[in-house]
Amino acid sequence: MSLHTLSVLVEDTPGVLARASALFSRRGFNIHSLTVGPTEYEGLSRMTIVVNCDRHPLEQVTKQLNKLVNVIKIVEMDADASVRRELLLVKVKADAASRSHVLETAELFRAHVVDVSPDVVVIEATGKPEKLEALIRNLEPFGIKELVKSGLVALGRGPRSITDRSLRAIERTA
Amino acid sequence: MTEQMTGAQSLIRSLEHVGVDVVFGIPGGAILPAYDPLYDSVKVRHILMRHEQGAGHAAEGYAYATGRPGVCMATSGPGATNLVTPLADAHMDSVPMVAITGQVATSLIGTDGFQEADICGITMPITKHNFLVREAADIPRTIAEAFHIASTGRPGPVLVDIAKDALQAAVEFSWPQRLELPGYRPVTKPHGKQVREAARMIAEARRPVLYVGGGVLKARAAQELRVLAELTGLPVVTTLMARGAFPDSHHQHLGMPGMHGTVAAVGALQRADLIVALGARFDDRVTGRLDSFAPDAKIVHADIDPAEISKNRHADVPIVGDCREVIADLVVAVRNDQAAGRQGDYAAWWSQLNRLRNDYPLGYEDPGDGSLAPQYVIKRLGEIVGPEAAYAAGVGQHQMWAAQFIDYENPGTFLNSGGAGTMGFAVPAALGAKVGSPDQTVWAIDGDGCFQMTNQELATCAVEGIPIKVAVINNGNLGMVRQWQTLFYEGRYSNTNLHTAPAQGSEKVRIPDFVRLAEAYGCVGLRCERVEDVDATIEKAMAVDDAPVVVDFTVNHDAMVWPMVGPGISNDDIQYARDMAPDWDNEE
Repeated sequence: MSLHTLSVLVEDTPGVLARASALFSRRGFNIHSLTVGPTEYEGLSRMTIVVNCDRHPLEQVTKQLNKLVNVIKIVEMDADASVRRELLLVKVKADAASRSHVLETAELFRAHVVDVSPDVVVIEATGKPEKLEALIRNLEPFGIKELVKSGLVALGRGPRSITDRSLRAIERTA
Repeated sequence: MTEQMTGAQSLIRSLEHVGVDVVFGIPGGAILPAYDPLYDSVKVRHILMRHEQGAGHAAEGYAYATGRPGVCMATSGPGATNLVTPLADAHMDSVPMVAITGQVATSLIGTDGFQEADICGITMPITKHNFLVREAADIPRTIAEAFHIASTGRPGPVLVDIAKDALQAAVEFSWPQRLELPGYRPVTKPHGKQVREAARMIAEARRPVLYVGGGVLKARAAQELRVLAELTGLPVVTTLMARGAFPDSHHQHLGMPGMHGTVAAVGALQRADLIVALGARFDDRVTGRLDSFAPDAKIVHADIDPAEISKNRHADVPIVGDCREVIADLVVAVRNDQAAGRQGDYAAWWSQLNRLRNDYPLGYEDPGDGSLAPQYVIKRLGEIVGPEAAYAAGVGQHQMWAAQFIDYENPGTFLNSGGAGTMGFAVPAALGAKVGSPDQTVWAIDGDGCFQMTNQELATCAVEGIPIKVAVINNGNLGMVRQWQTLFYEGRYSNTNLHTAPAQGSEKVRIPDFVRLAEAYGCVGLRCERVEDVDATIEKAMAVDDAPVVVDFTVNHDAMVWPMVGPGISNDDIQYARDMAPDWDNEE
């Protein structure tokens, strides 16, 4: 599996998420995860799309995405040059006998317990996907009731931002 | 300057401001408010069609004839969904078009209201872009943006869906409008370094070919192409979408490549060491089996759509830009190379190609039983009507013969549905072309299957005074499907007989009788069944100038389209007639 992370700056208009995801499914591009949320500028949203590029070259994915009128900019987030994080909430069985082991495991991964009931705890963790996978593997023996992940978000390291240049371009057209 | 009016009035005023002179459409509930001010417009002519699909294809035909976006209008729900086929067609063939649909009132959107359909959702993958307008104030800007998107960059269809209450609301109208399209910036100016590299490769190549696609016509670059071709001396092939981009009479023209291309054009691409693709997209109908396509060729690929470059075949030299600018820059670069003494020598290549051209010309067999050869009918039509006319084809055998046996000398004279392969394209497209170019003779060359999908628009032609001419190449069958059944299904003719022509040797049944159908629609109906009548019938049709004419050319049903590269096989295995493979390497 060849995973690539794309940061996609889009206009915050109705249907923009549908356009992007429909394009992926129609062209047979495989979405591993997709998150979308507001940016520091009103009217602009940022998607972080992790795409599996086994069948299609990444170039074809970004070119097709770029053709969407509401897409303003696409940047590939290299693993080395970006900070990449995911949020995990996991509900783990934790009775009197196992609770201390569960808490100890959470501690080792710098995770927090955010909800406690007699037989289960909910643990919150953030980190790179590999770290969260490792946490899940270590919690599995206790019994995982359910889990949810936010999908990956990523930001480039260093002083530059992907909005800088594209916003200047927008000002020119306005 | 602002003015008080309704959203509907602002829509019509906006259409007038962007230069729309014709709208093809059908009114209905949700779009009704727009039809009221349209009734008063002296600048915009509305042509009442008989089916929304006809309106969409007419808009395409208009766009082909004028180079400006064609406009169609329909109501919500089924009115809008009937536009799906022409939108998909325009999307595949990059035809500039704006579709305006009424939508149910905003309070009803999402409630499964009467005649509600999520047409923006439905047409998302088959439009260049689409808009749902909920506020009257957004109508003028959205119309301006829709026309800008449809007609710039790689052209395509744009749909504007407007809620009924937005059409009815009061609004301040102002013009011009500021476009708000921060994510839309098509690149038209090619990169100089890439262009010079392309010129260098042309000079160094031994077996180069210019592979010309529809983008050259869209960019109005036929003149520039001719200069480039004559300057370099390169052989030229024109795809189905590019017929007319380079004169068929030109000695450097090898014809059409692809599944039903000439042996010379297919052979030139297969044997090339350099393919210069201009506004073409390496479609599967051109490449045949992709992994054996032009195995020795380096690729220069110029296209305005970066996503086409290296999509199917890796480009060694990618050039993003408008074909007209690319070709003009390439001419300068080649001239500079030639001035510096760098020029290709293609003499050996040309002698190889000339041998292919001479040994394997396009041809057909006479049926020999007194029935008409369809190829002969189409060939004579082209010869008698001439290269100034426009020809709109449907999809199937007759389309391929129209591409093969008519000589196109001028851009914009061959209209057809290439990418989508939409049966029923011809009649409404011819209608739209005739409206866009009223002084030009416009022939629809249709099959009996295609004709029955959209011939209701003959009524539109008759009522609105749009005197198109229709040659129905009537073999009584879905001919291309029948050909595949002959070749690949042991002649088991499952569901291909349409009974529009008397089956050879059986009772004389014609359902429907196209001559009487034409007359019922207020058109002149003619029939031709014998070789000796072909010329006189075409001349008779040409002599009618005040009414649409339909000619039923009843032709042999066993005729097949050759040459042919079978589906999924290599271009190297082209047959120029059934079971007849060309001899590629005959060195005499």
